[in-house]
Formats: sequence, structure tokens, C-alpha cells
Amino acid sequence: MTTKPYVKPYVREVPRTTWYLARRRDRIHMAQELTSLFIGIYALLLLCALRAVADGPEAYQVFVASLGSPLMRGLLWITLAVTLFHTVSWFQVTPKAMPVQIGEDFLPAAIIVGGHYAVWIVLSLFILFLAGVLHG
Amino acid sequence: MAYKTIELEILRYRPEEDETPWFQLFRVPCEEDWVVLDAVNYVKDHLDSSLSYRWSCHMAVCGSCGMMIDGEPRLSCKTFVRDLPDRRIRIEPLANFPIERDLVVVLDDFMEKLQRVKPYIIRQEERAIEEGEHLQTPPQLAKFRQYTLCINCCCCYSACPQYALIPEFIGPAALALAHRYNLDSRDQGREDREDVVASNVGIWDCAFADACSQVCPKHVDPAGAIQQMKISSTLHWYLDHLGLGRKKR
Repeated sequence: MTTKPYVKPYVREVPRTTWYLARRRDRIHMAQELTSLFIGIYALLLLCALRAVADGPEAYQVFVASLGSPLMRGLLWITLAVTLFHTVSWFQVTPKAMPVQIGEDFLPAAIIVGGHYAVWIVLSLFILFLAGVLHG
Repeated sequence: MAYKTIELEILRYRPEEDETPWFQLFRVPCEEDWVVLDAVNYVKDHLDSSLSYRWSCHMAVCGSCGMMIDGEPRLSCKTFVRDLPDRRIRIEPLANFPIERDLVVVLDDFMEKLQRVKPYIIRQEERAIEEGEHLQTPPQLAKFRQYTLCINCCCCYSACPQYALIPEFIGPAALALAHRYNLDSRDQGREDREDVVASNVGIWDCAFADACSQVCPKHVDPAGAIQQMKISSTLHWYLDHLGLGRKKR
């Protein structure tokens, strides 16, 4: 067993509830972590929508009507805002998680990020088309 | 003629006489081309020879002079005084590690974790010497070259919020090095590393704060490495459970 050269290492405690307040980088990270709750709630809402669709047209109409309350409208607007925040911040880091190697080089990050935006726009337009919004 | 006089607030901790660390202020006449390490060396040479800190190469290669400089983990040999906004600079030992003395931290935890990810080439099929070298093409090298640039300075561990809160987390540099060997065309040890890499204290403890990559002085991008391993590890898990995976390469 090696004898350690130090006699009394000092451990700096990390403040468990306020550690992220000191740096902007950590505050943004914490904002991502906390706002993901809304994404979770929205996922549950989608499951409820599926259930309502399975239960028939009347159940679906009741479900849609329930979304019109001020509370639900507020929740949906907040969810839309945080979803945009998560989308943009995720697209920014996709070149790190999914690098594309061509020979000895890697595809420029801007192309990967731009590709994600392009697919996002095309899919959104397709869904709006299916929903009848683009028919006027 | 000094370019300007700066004030260094250095955290001191002498285990034989201090209960807690404390800041000591030094006034240092500084030249324009000085890095923070030059100013710390000035303190050691002219003001207080008892100051303890690690350094060696003075050229961002040895990885030993990492310190918290104005709250950010940085190599003190690569941080120019003229690039810092204030005349007063706060210098502390790397965060998230126990302080051994002054600016020297205890790195035993990192060393132990580094060993656990087996950061070396593992072969399942040995090759006779007469068969020659393991050849590698430039694209195969390009795949992992970025991760070979890590100098184990541990700035990433100091920036990582997950490591700060969950000390068991294997952490950015060690996982990036595991990824480096997993990507190496000569290596056959991915399965041997998987138990540690894909464990609860491995890649899945990373919340992708990206702090490690933002502070890395060598632009290694450990956060990217960890996310890539999350994808490949998941893929291998599914392939293995569908009976399509290769148990041992």
C-alpha cells in the first residue's frame, strides 16, 4: 500500500441546490433540464389524444374541447416555447453526436444542422398539409 | 518595464496548519506576453516560495497546470493575462477535486477511472509478428484522431456538473479515451470496455451539459464522444438482443 504524500486533503462541498447559479453555461443547462418536464407533460397529452381517438369521434371532441380552457392554452403555449428552445439547442449539438465522415474529413457542422432544420420544416409543412391548415 | 501590475488572488491551503483554504493577495508586475503561469511563477520565485502548484512544459502539452482562473478551468500556460478582463485574477485549484496543497489537487479518482475504461488496444485475435504491422488508412485514423489529443489535464472534470454532483461518474476524459480506442480499427476491446462505459456511472450519467467540451483546451470534445457512445451502445444492445450482434469481434 502506497503511503500518500498529503496528510489532509480538503474537499470543497458543492452546493446541492444552487450550484448552477454561478455560471451562464450551467444556468442554460439547468433550464434545459427543468423545461423538459413540459415536454414530458406534452407526451402524456399526446397519449391521451390517442386514447380519445381510439374511443371514437365523441370522445375526441370532448378531448379537443378540454384543450380550450385558459389553463390548457397556457400550458400549450409554454410547451410550444420550450419545445422550440429544445429543438434549437438540440439541433446545434447534433454535429457532435452524429458526425458524418467523408474520407479523411468530416461534413461541416453547418450542413448537418441545416439538414435538420430542412427536414423539420418539410415535416412540419407535411403535417400542416395533412391537418388541412395549408388548404386554407 | 512591466506592462502592468496585476493582483493575483490565490487560494492557499497548507494541510499542516490550515483548517480551511484562504485567499492570499499578490501584486505582480506583469509583461504583455505573460500567461497566468508566468505570473504564478513570479510569485513562487520572488514573493512566496512556499506556494505549491503543478506545471512542467509551459506549452499546453503536459496537462499539469490546470487551474480555476476567474472561476473557469483552464491551462494556466495557455491563458494570457492580457486576455483576462480584470487586473485582479482569482486563481483556485481545479474544482471537483480534493485540494492536496495550495493549487495542487488529488487526482487519484481520475487515475482509477482512467484504468477502468482500459485505454489501450485490446486484441481478441493475436497476430504473429511475422505477419507485420496492423495497417491503418488515413480515414481510419481520422475517425479517432481528435480524441488522442487529450492531455489528461482534467479541466473537463472541473467543469462537469454531473461529476460535481455524482462523484462516481466515470467522467468526460476517461470516457472520451474509451471512445478513442473503440473507434480504433486495430482495437477489438469494445465489449471488454462496455461493462464500465455503458454502466449507470458511465455514459448514461452524462446529461450532455457540454461544459467539458467548452472548456477543453485541446478541443477534444468529450461530450460529443459520450453522445456517440450512447448511440453506438444502444445500437449494439439491440443488435445483441436480436441475435445479430457480434459478441466478440
